Parts: sequence; structure tokens; C-alpha cells
Amino acid sequence: MSEHNTHIDEHRDDEASKLGMWLFIFTELLLFGGLFLVYSIFRAQYPANFHESSLELSVTIGVINTVVLLFSSMTIAMSITAIQKKNKKLTLALIGVTILMAFIFLVNKYFEWGHKFEHGLYPGSELMQLLERGHHLYFSLYFFMTGLHALHIVIGMVLLVIAYVKVNKGSIKHDKFVFLENGALYWHLVDLIWIFLFPLLYLIS
Amino acid sequence: MDNNGSHITEYKVLIRILFILLLCTFITIEITSFDLAAFTVTAALLIAGFKSYLVLSYFMHLKYESLLLRILVSMVFLLFFVIVLITFIDYSFR
Amino acid sequence: MNNNEHISFLEHQGKYKGIFAWIFATDHKRIAFLYMYAIAAFFLVGAILGLLMRFELIAPGETIIKPQTYNGLFTVHGIIMIFMVVIPGLSAVFGNFFLPILIGAKDVSFPKLNNFSWWLFMFGSALAIATQLLKSGSPDTGWTFYAPYSTTTGTSVILATTAAFILGFSSILTGLNFIVTVHRMRAPGMRFFNMPLFPWSIYATAWIQLLATPVVGITLIMLIAERLFGIGFFNPDLGGDPVLFQHLFWIYSHPAVYIMILPAMGVITEIIPTFCQKRVYGYKAIALSSLAIAGVGFLVWGHHMYTSGMSEQARWFFSLLTFIVAVPSAIKVFNWITTMYKGSIDLKPPFIFALAFIFLFMIGGLTGLILGSVATDIQVHDTSFIVAHFHYIIFGGMGFAFFAAIHYWLPKMYGKMYNFKIANISAVSLFIGFNLLYFPQFIIGIQGMPRRYFDYFPKFQWAQVISTIGGVILVSAVILMIYNLIMGVRKGAKASANPWNGTTLEWQIPSPPSLENFDSAPIVKENPYDYN
Repeated sequence: MSEHNTHIDEHRDDEASKLGMWLFIFTELLLFGGLFLVYSIFRAQYPANFHESSLELSVTIGVINTVVLLFSSMTIAMSITAIQKKNKKLTLALIGVTILMAFIFLVNKYFEWGHKFEHGLYPGSELMQLLERGHHLYFSLYFFMTGLHALHIVIGMVLLVIAYVKVNKGSIKHDKFVFLENGALYWHLVDLIWIFLFPLLYLIS
Repeated sequence: MDNNGSHITEYKVLIRILFILLLCTFITIEITSFDLAAFTVTAALLIAGFKSYLVLSYFMHLKYESLLLRILVSMVFLLFFVIVLITFIDYSFR
Repeated sequence: MNNNEHISFLEHQGKYKGIFAWIFATDHKRIAFLYMYAIAAFFLVGAILGLLMRFELIAPGETIIKPQTYNGLFTVHGIIMIFMVVIPGLSAVFGNFFLPILIGAKDVSFPKLNNFSWWLFMFGSALAIATQLLKSGSPDTGWTFYAPYSTTTGTSVILATTAAFILGFSSILTGLNFIVTVHRMRAPGMRFFNMPLFPWSIYATAWIQLLATPVVGITLIMLIAERLFGIGFFNPDLGGDPVLFQHLFWIYSHPAVYIMILPAMGVITEIIPTFCQKRVYGYKAIALSSLAIAGVGFLVWGHHMYTSGMSEQARWFFSLLTFIVAVPSAIKVFNWITTMYKGSIDLKPPFIFALAFIFLFMIGGLTGLILGSVATDIQVHDTSFIVAHFHYIIFGGMGFAFFAAIHYWLPKMYGKMYNFKIANISAVSLFIGFNLLYFPQFIIGIQGMPRRYFDYFPKFQWAQVISTIGGVILVSAVILMIYNLIMGVRKGAKASANPWNGTTLEWQIPSPPSLENFDSAPIVKENPYDYN
């Protein structure tokens, strides 16, 4: 087995890891793709209802979250630049800011959802069943899509926290940072999906 | 897929991309506040498409990756697009 | 190659001992064995459930089981056979074992992930089997979980869909692993177009696993949410559309048919040149037709839904594409036949299984065209014609290919040889039993025997009796075959490194292979099937 251990470094293939992460991102895109397909079909069937329902959402919160996510996407991209330039301190700071942004996003989401829950609007609630068909479908989609997206935010946060610890320990460094790169790719995926979710849920007319 | 001297994206570039992305976001909000009927959705989706192109190319470094990976990514988007299109052959003629 | 110094992967002493050396193994060959034993066990369970249904159908009216039990039986038979046997089958067993060897690699790209996939597979399978034991009863929706019935039935649908979701996730990770392996681990000098054709088919399959499975994943989550919260996507009362479920389900499950059959085609493409001692005809056409099947296969899902109320335009569109997807499959059949032409054919057991595959696959494929055309499909939709058709493809195709593969590669995997005579007898009786079982179902299907019914008109009884006899012969033949293979592994003669005189890379290394497959870098030929 000792012989095997020395092999591991020899076999390290960052390109393979990165390709693997991209393939995983493809599956995530198609996972959300199924939801976007459902959205587009129901939206085509109930355009007026979807418009009315979307007015219930606060565009301000949506905009804040968009800005937060875009900013965090930039900081995590910068952290890769920083690690390549051997600036460990800056890398840690940038990952930290990204995690903070993710947290802010979730807090915002918490208040946004909480507000709806207070008005009796949540999946399976009595109010939901009384809504008009298009409204019902809109809010079902809203909770399903943003909920799944928030779950991905949480997974992304966990990955980034692990990356933070690894950078701190020194196991991610300027010539060996594929874990951070993959974590960042995952984080951008979350951003990518939000880029479509935001106009489709908050801004339709 | 061999780029061992992996590319370093400068901070400046990333900041610039963020500004374009933010600008696009506000353009989307402005556009959707007018009622341009079907065009609103198209415009919003086109801008979102452009934004995702920027995120993919610069933040996700796709611009500096191999041709193979870029082709694969576009195939995935194409596949999804075609699936939506085919599903609508059913829904638009019912 | 000094055999005395050679330590096979079976004898290699790793970090763990005993059973842990297996269940925590990261060696692709050991993981292949793990999958194989599990899948063989599930296959026997599924086969017994199938046989129970056949006994129920031996006479009209209730014979041995109640109607609701029958509903549970065909559902669980479907879930086990589709999600736990056929979809992982060839790619997880032979793909795991031979993909790295055939491309000259030491292992897959992510060995730990490979082991994790197996654990996920076992976990999902355990959940699927647990649905049988719950108080609410086994799901009775059929393996397709069609809404709206699946959203209202009181049986354990949530657990069954969770199981399917986890099994799907395992399938995704296996596919991901194989794609990266093919891209990154090929031996020096091996380009895509001098890979053998089994890796080509596994590669195409892996793309389908990767891109189609997430869609069914999200669909199953939607189904669970529908049951828990009434989100209404598939409920017409709340504005939803049950047909949408069928769309989403078949966007995955039609490509999944190609997850089943593409590796089978790959296996046959390996076997035929070896037993004809002839270079495969039309190498590039076979390689590219795998990709073509994978690509076009994504766009034909609607042919499962001709009677569900889709628009007229969608129906003819899907019908057209369905006929197009038949073309690459036919290319392969023609190439196999042409490879045999003027070859020095050697009728060893693997080749006999391969011939049975071609025959059965052609019947399955041609009846598929009857179903692909809208007018005839409406006549035979949801009859036992469908049952016969997909069993010819899935069992006659993938199943026989699996049997062919195990007879072809067993000497390499275990280093032992089985008894040819018994293997031949089991192959012939499998073939006879199979046709007796399923061919009559075509006939009574056209006459109007519905599928999934536990009762029928007396005029169909002649066929049901023949089918049941065929079922008994089939199951006995499977048991005989497994017995022969086990005896071969335990007491059979030692197999040489290349018993069939094959040319691909797995025959250049000792049987069974060593831990890292190749002691020195393999020599890659310009054409992997070069017999000159």
C-alpha cells in the first residue's frame, strides 16, 4: 500500500477533476432545466395570472439578492487569481467575503419566504389551494425553484467553507488549487441559475 | 485540455465584468417596467443569456479552456433548448 | 510474463481484509464484481416476481394471487428490473471491469467516487426493496409512476420514487466517471478512433446517463412534492397537466432505453470479430452510430405518448424522429452481419449468445417500428404487444448481451473456464424458453389482450399457457447457466490469457489481471481488431 501512496501524486490530474466538475454542473443545469421547462409551459398557459402573481414579489429584495450573488461570484473568481499569485491572505479574505454574501442571500430569502408564510402563503397551505389556478402554479413554482436554488446555495457554502479551511491549512496552494477552482465553479452555477430565475420570477409582465 | 501554465485572470477584468453584469441587471429591470408585450420576455431572456455568457466565459474561465469543453457546454444548452422547443410542439397545437 | 510472480487483483492484499477488502474497494475490477453479485441477486428476485405473474395468468380469473398483489408485483418487477438490473447492468459491471482495460488505463479517473456509486446503488436498492415490506403496501403505479394516479394512491410511492432518485444519482456518477476516464486515461497513442468499440458504446451511454437522469430526478422530486404539498403541477384541479408528467418522465426514460441497449450493442461488437477472426466491418460507422443513437434518442420520447392526448403535430413529429433513430441501430446490425461474411466462424458459447441477441433484437426492433408509427400504435397501445416488444429489446437484447458478455469475459475475470457443453445447452434452452414466453404475447396483443391485467377472456388462454411454460423453461435455463458459471469459477480448468484469440487489450494481460492491469505500457494498434 505504501507503494500505492506514492502513486497518488503522480496520478494527480487536475484537468480530470475539473472536467468531472463541469460534467456535474451539466447535470445540475438539466435538473433545473426540468423546472424551467415546467415554468415555461405553465407560463404560456396562464400568462395573465403569472404576471399578477409576480407583482406580489418584492423586486427590491430580488435586486439586492441579484447584486449580492453577482458580487460574490466576482469575489470567488478573484480568490482564484489571488491563489495563483500566491497571496494566501487575500485568498482567504475573498473566500470569506463570498461565504458572507451567501449568508446574506439566505437571510434575505428567509425574510422573503417568512413574509409569505405569515400571510398563509406556503406550499400545502389552505390559502394556496384557494388561489386561482395560474396563481397557485406560480407560487408552487416560486417556492420549488427558489427553494431548490437555496439548497444549492447551502451546498455551495459548505464547499467554500471546506475550501477556506484547506487554504488556511495550506493544502490548497498556488500550484494545487483544483478544489477551490471546482468550488468556485459550483458557486458560479448557483449564480448562473439565479440570472435566469430573477427575471422569470420577479420581472414578468 | 492541456493548459498547465493555467491562465490568470486579472482583478481588473473581473471587476469590469461585474460592472457589465450589474448594468445588464438594471437594464433588465428598466425594460420589464415598460409593457412591450411579448418583446419584454424575449429582451429579458436575451439579456440573461448575455449575462450567463459573461459568467461562463470570464468567471468560469471557459474562454481559456479547451475547445472540447466549450463545445460540450454549448451542446448542453442546445440540448435543453431543443427539448423545450419539441415540448412546445405539443403544447402550442393542443 | 512470468506467471509465478503475477499477483492477480483477486489475491492482492490491500488496506482492508475480508469482506471490507471488497465493499471498500476502489479497484474498478472489484467494484465490477460487487455490482455483478448484487445485480445477479436482484435479477433472480425480479425473475421470480415475473414467474409469479405468469402463474397467475395461466388461467382466467383469480388463480394464485389477489388483483392488488398483482398490481404490486408488476410495479416492483418493473422497478427492480429497470432501475436495479438493466440500467446499471452492462455499464456498471462490464463497463467498470473492461472500460479501463480496453483503453489501456490502470483504473477509472475517480476510483473513490466509483465505490461511492456502488454504495448509493445498494442504498437505493435497499429502499426499493423496503417498499415491499411497508404496511402501506408495495406501489401499484407501474414502474412509470404516471400521474395523477401516483399522486393519489395510498401505497408507498414516495419511498419508491426516492429509491429511483438515489439509483439515478448513482447512475449519473458512474456515467461522469466513465466520460472523464475516456477523455483523460487513454493509453499513450490511443486516439478516439482506435479505441475498441465497447468503450465507444459505454462512452455514448455515459453521456445519456449524465444528461437525461437529472430530468427524471427533478420529476420524481416534483411528484413527491405533489404528494406532500399539493403543488399542483400534475393535478388538473389545480391547473396542472398530468401529460406534463409523461413528457418529463419520458424525456429521461426514453434515452434510458438506450442506456440499456447501447452497451449491449458494444458487447456484441466485441464478440463478433473475435469469433469470426476478422476485422470488424465499418468501424467508424459503428462508433459514430453509438453517438447518433445517443443524440437522436433524446428527441423521440413522445412516441410513448401517442394516446395520451398530445397534439397531432407532436405525434407525427415524434413518429418521424422515431423512424430516424432506427437507422443507426440498423447500421450496427448490418455491420455485424457483414463482419461474419467470409469469417472463420467459431461457434463457441459467447458467439451463440451473440447470435441469439441479433435475432431477438431484430424482432424487438422491427416491432418497435410498428409501435413508432402512430396509426398502428393506437391499435396495440397498452396491450401485451408492448410487453412482448420491450421484453424482446430489454431481455432478448440487453439480457442476452449480458449472458454473452459473461461467457466471453468470465475466463478473463476469474482466470477459469466453464463447461462449453452445458453453456451451449443453457443458451439454446434460454432462446427456446424466451421465444415461447414472449412471442405468443405479440399475437394476443394484436387481438386485444391488455397489459397489466390480472384477468382476461378465455380466448387468450392458449397463449398464456404457452407463455407460462416458456417462463418456466426460461427460469430453469437461467439457473442452469448460473450453475455452470459458478462451477466453472470454482472447479473449472485454468483459462489462458487469451482463450478466444482476441486482439483487444484485455487479452494481452494475464487472467485474472493484476491490480494495476498493465505491468508495462500497452501496445496500441492502429485498428483494435487487426487479425492479420
